[in-house]
Amino acid sequence: MTLFLPLLVLLPFLGLPLLLVVDRLGRRAVAVAAGATMLAGLGLLAALAPPVLAGDALVLWRPWLPDWGLDLSFRLDGLGLLFTLLIYGIGALIVLYAFYYMPADDRLTRFLMTLLAFAGGMLGVVLAENLLLMLLFWEVTSLTSFLLIAYKSKYHDSRIAARMALAVTGGGGLALLAGILLLGHIAGSFELSVILDRGDLIRQHRLYAPMLVLVLLGAFTKSAQVPFHFWLPNAMAAPTPVSAYLHSATMVKAGVFLLGRLYPALAGTELWFLLVTGTGAVTLLLGAYLALLKHDFKGLLAYSTISHLGLITLLFGLDTPTSAVAAVFHIINHAVFKASLFMVAGVIDIQCGTRDMRRINGLMKYMPVTATLGIVAAGAMAGVPFLNGFLSKEMFFAETVAYPSFGGYGTFVLPAIATVAGILSVGYSARFVHDVFFNGEPVDLPKTPAPPPRFMRLPMEVLVAIVVIVGVAPQLSVGWLLETASAAVLAGKAPPIKLAVWHGFNLPLVMSIVALGGGIFYYWRRDRVFTLHERYALDFSSPVAFERAYNGATAWARAALARLDARTLAQYAGLFLGLAILVGALAWLTSPAESSGAPLAGPLPLTPVDPVSAGAFLVLVLGVAGATWFVAERLLAILFMSVAGLVVSLAFIRFAAPDLALTQLSVELATIMLMLLALRFLPQTGPAERGRKARVATGSVAVGAGLGAAALAFAMLTRPFETISGYHIENAKPLAGGTNVVNVILVDFRGFDTLGEIAVLAMAALGTHAALRGARLRAFVRDAASAADRYPIMLRMLMQPMLPLALAVAVYIFLRGHNLPGGGFIAGLIAAIAYVLQYMAGGIAFASARIRLDFVLLLGVGLLVAALTGVASMVLGFPFLKSAWTYVKAAPLDDIGLASSLVFDTGIFLVVVASVLLVLTELGRLHVVEPALRPAGRAGPEPSPARAPAEAEG
Amino acid sequence: MELLLALGIGLLVGCGVWLALASRTFPVILGLTLIGYAVNLLIFFGGRIGASAPPLALPGATGLADPLPQALVLTAIVIGFGMTAYFVALALKGIGESGVDAVDLPASRDDTGEEP
Repeated sequence: MTLFLPLLVLLPFLGLPLLLVVDRLGRRAVAVAAGATMLAGLGLLAALAPPVLAGDALVLWRPWLPDWGLDLSFRLDGLGLLFTLLIYGIGALIVLYAFYYMPADDRLTRFLMTLLAFAGGMLGVVLAENLLLMLLFWEVTSLTSFLLIAYKSKYHDSRIAARMALAVTGGGGLALLAGILLLGHIAGSFELSVILDRGDLIRQHRLYAPMLVLVLLGAFTKSAQVPFHFWLPNAMAAPTPVSAYLHSATMVKAGVFLLGRLYPALAGTELWFLLVTGTGAVTLLLGAYLALLKHDFKGLLAYSTISHLGLITLLFGLDTPTSAVAAVFHIINHAVFKASLFMVAGVIDIQCGTRDMRRINGLMKYMPVTATLGIVAAGAMAGVPFLNGFLSKEMFFAETVAYPSFGGYGTFVLPAIATVAGILSVGYSARFVHDVFFNGEPVDLPKTPAPPPRFMRLPMEVLVAIVVIVGVAPQLSVGWLLETASAAVLAGKAPPIKLAVWHGFNLPLVMSIVALGGGIFYYWRRDRVFTLHERYALDFSSPVAFERAYNGATAWARAALARLDARTLAQYAGLFLGLAILVGALAWLTSPAESSGAPLAGPLPLTPVDPVSAGAFLVLVLGVAGATWFVAERLLAILFMSVAGLVVSLAFIRFAAPDLALTQLSVELATIMLMLLALRFLPQTGPAERGRKARVATGSVAVGAGLGAAALAFAMLTRPFETISGYHIENAKPLAGGTNVVNVILVDFRGFDTLGEIAVLAMAALGTHAALRGARLRAFVRDAASAADRYPIMLRMLMQPMLPLALAVAVYIFLRGHNLPGGGFIAGLIAAIAYVLQYMAGGIAFASARIRLDFVLLLGVGLLVAALTGVASMVLGFPFLKSAWTYVKAAPLDDIGLASSLVFDTGIFLVVVASVLLVLTELGRLHVVEPALRPAGRAGPEPSPARAPAEAEG
Repeated sequence: MELLLALGIGLLVGCGVWLALASRTFPVILGLTLIGYAVNLLIFFGGRIGASAPPLALPGATGLADPLPQALVLTAIVIGFGMTAYFVALALKGIGESGVDAVDLPASRDDTGEEP
């Protein structure tokens, strides 16, 4: 069963392609698919839950990067269960709600995919056993929430808000990373099971304080605690389903989740109490105070969320067992009533076209059911009896009273804060209810409000029903969940939980009554509060400071860049090369004394120069110098370059590398064809060449690089070395059944590398194909003579019978490759060139009509063949790409030796053929837009290559 | 011989760098090709030059060249072709869009900043 644990995290990600597939079936199908994903998650959770409810934690551990302490390990315990339930349960409701909320012309697929990805990230956070893994998912939630907040990306507000949220929560994520690295260092592991067991060790460690501060920074930024709270009200720019999901039930709860998760390891110190309770108290009060002052009801809800998150944080900070239970309980309650309130807000927003409570009034008349739902949920937010919010608020009051601290008048500090917060929250809840649903008639609304669609109300009804059920029968409805979750937070030291509506007439009840009465009075006298606030208060809510700092930093960075950045590649590359040369020279000059100034020449004796090599060297000098000198004469330069390439292949022959020589030769041919094809599109004139100063600089870099490379090569060549090739040579025949060790290495010993390399080749070819497809270029070179006689008949006659001949050679080279020089690469190049010759002789259209091959498809087939060979050996229980060759003995062709790696080599062959042909035909096919340098005597448009064969045939 | 080879590599690198640092695309492509030759040779000579026979594991064969650098270089040569093709495609694309054979974009302020 535990094996299915990762699936609980992966499900939303698996839903992503599903949504794409059903996209064409319309938005209803997409919503159903997303909802089904969420419900499937709930089902899986139900299947996994029994042992967790019995008190066990399911842990699945798979090593991933063990050296870094990063493992794929997941954990489902009570706390994870609670959050998974919230994420999937509320997620399913949100999908239904979003289906009605999002405008019909919107791409619902994109929205729901981002939402699912977010849900997956969130599930990863709550179900990760490894803290580094959790951090990965933590970042996933930051990024996806950025995308969701910026969903209405054409609005400036949305973009600013999203950027702010990302900067704050992403910055917090960095702090958290540092904190977790410290924590892992202290505890000796990143696995939660280990960390949670080592609380005492952690709390006594000298790095405890910095680690705690860093971890809390991560938690506080995510949970919008003061002073990092400002991103949350701005995030209300997101579509309302996002606010209902992320900003009430899930993402902002990630911070308090972290407090609960690490509670057994970190809590219980003076510092924890001061930081967590202190921050929580300030956030609780400030959020509640500011909520009343917002005219935008989503803003009111946002500040209320901040305040409630502060309450939960405060409770975790008190670190008595019962306060942690209260915190967990309030997490549940707040998620439920706040999500439904946001949904109500979204309905009102759509129906009224504004969110300003000074204009929205008296909606009770227009949408009685929705209004009732909103009133009940707001009652829970205020802490009205028989609703779920009342219970956890009561527990909160009781905790503040019971907390044994301060002494003297100090005893009253926490209860006083709690009561004031209670008054304020009743105040803003009263405003929400009174302003929106009563208080006369709407003022100047853009449209007349109407009730929402029937099924848009369903999610709210479900949530509000939970609000009431929990409020009336708490022990029966959530007792089990709370017990399991608290047990996980308290590491098994949870007190017995007995939830009840009536605790007798006690101090917390008095506080509740004071809060209710005081809150109503406070709301009644709100005008005075508004006046006072406007006169004296700083604008806490404004993100102005953040924006100013952000803009300042980017402006500074841009100015600094403008100074450093000359915006030319040559300068960058030259700078880097120059630095590399300097570093290399420094390393050589300052190398340690035992190599005594590191003489350039090593101990190996020099070999004498033979006359052929000397001659070849002179030819190389000629070629290279010619290519450099005549670079402006393009054709000449290419010819000189090919001379250099020729010498390189000769060098390969001279030093016993026939495979390389064959490869180099055929690549040389292909390269020259490529260059020649490109040549006519390259303008003869261009931007001014470098000035004198730049020439000196470039020249010195070039000379330095040349000397450095020569020195390096000389030093290397004169030093002995040890090779690991002995193994390859000895085992080529016995293990892989081939004698050409180079080929055996390519297709067998290092087959996986080769697979990667042909993938790179395929990518380069595809990239070329993509860049050139449909490109229209002017021809800059037009040679009258070649244009008149484009496809010489002699060449064509000669080339046609050449093709089968050349292909036969390719097959021969291919088959013998395992034992003698040859193989898939070389054979592929030869075959490709044979084909290209047909193109050259007959023209693109002529050859395309006869060679009906889709090179892109061929490329894919080749890669597939190569990869499947590897998979096949895995299926048979061998390592990836392990070749089987004993099969050979039975084969009739014992001279050639049919090893399974031959199939892999076939893949290589196909990829090489397809890549070369794809590139060259794409270049040959390029459309000519207009003849640029048309000779004077000729009129009419130049024939495009597509029309050329008619001319050639005629 | 060693000195000769080293000088050849140095020459290829020097001229390659000189060409690669030009401001037009054609010399850059040429330069990168030359540098590619040099790098391939350097890796190849990592197996040293003493060998007398190609790396074919035939019975009784001695003095085999080191096959590993050869295998490395073989794929490098083919990928080098792919990269050259890609550079050429980029160069042509650049010409198609800007009309000039330039490596760098014409100087203009790119608009990365958000308006205030």
